[in-house]
Amino acid sequence: MKKYCLDLSVISVEQINENYVLIKLTHSLPLPPMQPGQFVEVRIEHSPSTFLRRPISINFVDFERNELWLLVATVGDGTRQMARLKSGEKLNCILPLGKAFSLPASPSERFLLVGGGVGVAPLLFLGQKIREMGAMPTFLLGARTKNALLEMEAFERIGRVWVTTEDGSAGEQGFVTQHSVLQRERFDKICTCGPKPMMMAVARYAAKEDIACEVSLENMMACGIGACLCCVEKTTDGNRCVCTEGPVFDTRQLLWT
Amino acid sequence: MAKLHTQIGNLSMKNPVMTASGTFGYGLEFEDFVPLDQIGGIIVKGTTLLPREGNDYPRMAETSQGMLNCVGLQNKGVDYFAEHIYPQIKDIDTRMIVNVSGNTPDDYAECAARINTLENIPAIELNISCPNVKQGGMAFGTTCAGAASVVRAVRKRYNKTLIVKLSPNVTSIADIARAVEDEGADSVSLINTLMGMAVDVEKRQSVLSIDTGGLSGPAIKPIALRMVWQVAKAVKIPVIGLGGICNAIDALEFLMAGATAIQIGTANFLDPAVTLRVCNGIDLWLDNHGVKDVKEIIGVI
Repeated sequence: MKKYCLDLSVISVEQINENYVLIKLTHSLPLPPMQPGQFVEVRIEHSPSTFLRRPISINFVDFERNELWLLVATVGDGTRQMARLKSGEKLNCILPLGKAFSLPASPSERFLLVGGGVGVAPLLFLGQKIREMGAMPTFLLGARTKNALLEMEAFERIGRVWVTTEDGSAGEQGFVTQHSVLQRERFDKICTCGPKPMMMAVARYAAKEDIACEVSLENMMACGIGACLCCVEKTTDGNRCVCTEGPVFDTRQLLWT
Repeated sequence: MAKLHTQIGNLSMKNPVMTASGTFGYGLEFEDFVPLDQIGGIIVKGTTLLPREGNDYPRMAETSQGMLNCVGLQNKGVDYFAEHIYPQIKDIDTRMIVNVSGNTPDDYAECAARINTLENIPAIELNISCPNVKQGGMAFGTTCAGAASVVRAVRKRYNKTLIVKLSPNVTSIADIARAVEDEGADSVSLINTLMGMAVDVEKRQSVLSIDTGGLSGPAIKPIALRMVWQVAKAVKIPVIGLGGICNAIDALEFLMAGATAIQIGTANFLDPAVTLRVCNGIDLWLDNHGVKDVKEIIGVI
């Protein structure tokens, strides 16, 4: 896919809760094709401690309205600068980057999308795409508390949603891999994104049940386009760049399960 | 339009802007952002005789105005390069140069000899300054005798333009430059990264998998400028300057300090089209200052 380096315009920055913002961006020209699971590299100006671009996964693309959404956890100075952007300001992004999640081969394929924390971000776009292909995605979303669940209404509009929270304030108490839906139903494919321990637990469950599983990794990276070789993950094929050969990997390629 | 033509040994370039090894892949990674034929020269990834997996992750740490890396020369080896990469890059209308590394002088020489047979690779850059490998690399580049031994071995088997990339992790970089000049190097490029370290206080351990890494980016520019200036005064062969160059003014500083050409490295990660902007910026500056030929400003300090 051809990559672009674009000055996108900020439409809005919505504070979702104290730790997350949803940034909606647009461009005067139609946005390039993008696939669920891909990411953008954002240039952050005026942040002394942010030298490199920040890789942010694509939360959603509304091609009709020409909007790109980024769901951002404000964890450091760079992301806090992003949260302070004002409508009409520019944000320089390189996009689209990386390999996407696989999509259903037929509408009858049952996809389970498992997300935790800000890792839910790419699953909204993925769920929408699956829905557009005539299949019904099932979301299994985990968070520490009810307040930390993100974009719940948007997920509920697209597919079936199951929730776990560590404190039991919403859905079932516990971790995503303990949810009862996994006992009741059988899925053909699992796509997951979130904290590494969660993804590893999901990958172990998938392996045990013999279900194909894709995970989205977030190794630290510099260039985002396969030049610097900093973001490598050990695979059955040796060290591979997460930015170009991921961020989505079939768990059978990885050595961490 | 000022004259930008630049000569390094027998290597003739359309302008003095090159890309630094390890920051521009094989050029192809940047095709969507920069017309590659507008760049003076592209120095591709460090290449070794045999394939190398490099160091474990984490290989990178962000620092103030810079970054540390300890990639450790991950590459598929010279034969893979010749068979699979070279056909894809040989017809790009710029100077494609291969950065060569090794564990022993014989390694370097054998790798260089294989690249000598590739018609459209008019030069190599010998990396005797990689801080991230246990054997070879910087071990050669930090003594005059070590540096000379590699250049001597390579010079016997390589007859095109030979650039030697110097390490800043030395007491006198000018002495090393003179040592490689005496062995027949056509040019020196400097500086490679400065050895550094980053610590994660929560984990109470080093950020990088091998504890130390090479520092690059604007943070090292003043040191690089000083060393380029010192080396340009010490040798007769042309000097290629690099270290933290992010824009045309940075590039002009290196040219005035004595560099005949410059390389852009880490800045490629911030702005993938930076090489083109630097080319155009140098041209514009020269025009605005009534300078007809870039050579007029080289080494004026």
